[in-house]
Amino acid sequence: MLSRVADSLYWMSRYLERAENTVRQLDVTMSLMLDAGGADEETRWNHMLAALGKHSKMDWNGNLEEMAHKLIFDNLSPASVTYCITGARENARQVREEISSEQWQRLNRLYHQMHSPHAQAQFNSSISDVLASVVDGIHLFQGVGASTMIHGQGWQFIRLGRYLERAYATATLLEVNQSEIFHSHLREDSGYPYLELVGLLRCCTAFEAYCQVYTADLTPARILEFLLLNRDFPHAIRYSVDCVRYAIESIQRSGGRRPPVELSSGIGRLHAMLGYTSVQEILSGDPAEFLHTIREQCLRIHELIYSYYVQYSIQSALAV
Amino acid sequence: MSAGHPVELDSLFGDYLLDQAFDEMREASGELRPQYRALAETLAGLPAPELQRRKQSADLAFLNQGITFTVYGREEGTERIFPYDLIPRLITAAEWDRIERGLTQRITALNLFLRDVYSDGKILNDHVIPRELVYSCKHYRRQMRGLQVPRNVYIAVVGSDLLRLSNGEFVVLEDNLRVPSGVSYMLTNRRVMKRTFPEMFHSYGVRPIEHYPQLLLATLRSLAPEGRPEPNIVLLTPGVFNSAYFEHTYLARQMGIDLVEGRDLVTHDNIVYMRTTDGLKRVDVIYRRVDDDFSDPLIFRGDSALGCTGLFNAYRAGNVTVSNAFGTGLADDKAVYAYVPQMIRYYLNEDTILPNVETFLLGDELQRKHVIANLEKLVVKAVGESGGYGMLIGPQSTAQQREEFALQIEANPRNYIAQPTLSFSRAPCLIGDRLEPRHVDLRPYILFGDKVNIVPGGLTRVALEKGSLVVNSSQGGGSKDTWVLEQ
Repeated sequence: MLSRVADSLYWMSRYLERAENTVRQLDVTMSLMLDAGGADEETRWNHMLAALGKHSKMDWNGNLEEMAHKLIFDNLSPASVTYCITGARENARQVREEISSEQWQRLNRLYHQMHSPHAQAQFNSSISDVLASVVDGIHLFQGVGASTMIHGQGWQFIRLGRYLERAYATATLLEVNQSEIFHSHLREDSGYPYLELVGLLRCCTAFEAYCQVYTADLTPARILEFLLLNRDFPHAIRYSVDCVRYAIESIQRSGGRRPPVELSSGIGRLHAMLGYTSVQEILSGDPAEFLHTIREQCLRIHELIYSYYVQYSIQSALAV
Repeated sequence: MSAGHPVELDSLFGDYLLDQAFDEMREASGELRPQYRALAETLAGLPAPELQRRKQSADLAFLNQGITFTVYGREEGTERIFPYDLIPRLITAAEWDRIERGLTQRITALNLFLRDVYSDGKILNDHVIPRELVYSCKHYRRQMRGLQVPRNVYIAVVGSDLLRLSNGEFVVLEDNLRVPSGVSYMLTNRRVMKRTFPEMFHSYGVRPIEHYPQLLLATLRSLAPEGRPEPNIVLLTPGVFNSAYFEHTYLARQMGIDLVEGRDLVTHDNIVYMRTTDGLKRVDVIYRRVDDDFSDPLIFRGDSALGCTGLFNAYRAGNVTVSNAFGTGLADDKAVYAYVPQMIRYYLNEDTILPNVETFLLGDELQRKHVIANLEKLVVKAVGESGGYGMLIGPQSTAQQREEFALQIEANPRNYIAQPTLSFSRAPCLIGDRLEPRHVDLRPYILFGDKVNIVPGGLTRVALEKGSLVVNSSQGGGSKDTWVLEQ
């Protein structure tokens, strides 16, 4: 597969994952603002922005509706949902011949939907309807992809992008939240507001899945265990890292090139960290540091993928 | 309205203009041509809202499939769907047979001409075509002299523009021998039409065109360098900002080949490679959709970032096939065009089947005087331009425009030709809820590998604005599906 094409598929996928993550966090934050007794709107907004990666130009101006509009529609801000969807589409447009027509049509429809006057009207009547339709559009795109695209190298680059972005975003979310949530746990204060914990789970669409595993008894330690270490839940970091690892193995299998040691050991290290550490060990150590390490590792893996598959030097390739 | 067709047709036609121009659907008397009767009856049988509903659903299909072209210079809504008319243009089997034979003859002769000019130049030595006309052509590439082209095929992919004059005869207006575009619209038009009017396909025997990508692939494969039995074929595009980018992706996908940009290619020891996730992979055939000038900064324009450095040397070494060959624009130069009938006579010893449009060469003093005296009746075109740019349409021009053009002609006569203003045919288009006639041309797509292959049909381009004669998509033109009938 052409390096440029792999690059585009990877970013198409990352952008969509990012859009979905932004939508979910905005939805949860806005619904938490409805309940009395918690933090004020500005604190919540800034908290959410931190979890989305500290974007500039999204500073709180006191008007939630305006801010939400900006975060959804402001095409000039890299933080916005529309920016991400446009980015995904631009990447897809450059690899139209690689993805299936059905995939392209889904994504194209989502793009036109976000740019239509209808979306503005929908926003004015119900913000959460807009958010729900974005998530629907992205899910449809992924579903159509799963059933119509060849599950070859291109598909693996799509998965690579999605799960690397997801692992990174979930680690960021937990890192931003950990001081409040887990330190309150260490103070043996079990009264941390229930809704906040539900909100954290919902940011990862994890509430129902959590209940299936642990019942509705929400404790910070279990939530950390679930979102960080669960092997079967698609939004858990460990699951995402396993998917990244599988995708890289599949790419290497189909390409027949010897994997660079740095890449396989980097991903192996991350996999082992999540597979062979208990939540007690993490909590008795420095959870913030642990989460931070995960993020660093994700960044490193991204760089290695780039230097091995996309931006390699001609001399090194001719030498093989 | 005239007698002979049912009353409900009248509401469909309204005040449909019929004059000396050939109408594809109706005779001068207003009578429907036989092949169009079933079509007209189907349309008249549909309630007006139903016709509009089908039009909307067709528009939506184009938008959702991203069949768009790019309008430059605006931030939002930079993509428009290619304007599309729902009423198919019909060509009978007999008409098509003549077109097919005529184009085959023409393309064969043009290819022989390119081969001759870039090798021995017999046609020049025999004074059939003036030497200075060829050497002064801006698309002549001296680098091609003496270069052996695979299977001697210079022009593997061609789109020639035909017009139908008032007497019903088809003539050739120009040949596109460099990077002809529009074939994807031909293919998608057909797909959308099949969804929109399935019942009409039942009543007509329409010859299929859907195998074009397969034919194109076979053509490219037949031109692969010797000793490469499983050639790696790619389509070279200028990139996502090119207005025909949709077509490039469409064809690559339909053929199952990689769509590459110049930055994906590298050359080493006169071999072209592409950068893949598995390392470098050798490229054998390039279907080139990048102009000569931008293809290789080492040989052509040095400031181009779209091409691949070293490509031409790899081509000259015979390690990669590039189609179309470089320098083919020489043969679609509008002044060289005037000599195509002589080429057909010279190389094939045959009479021309599809005639040219009468053309005045302004390099010739007598012809130039005549043209400058009669500018208001003529169309003047720059020889190396395409897309409807650089032309003066006499009857629609102002005295000042004519004066300016006359000066330009005197300054550089070789750069211009003139042709009479043609009254070319009109076909019915759905405008609002009525049929109105609009001027149309026809661009069939010709493939040339082992032999000449033409899919039956082509792109019918429409000048959608009332009275307009310009069919180019860059200037408000649209298209419609073209049906070549079994009978």
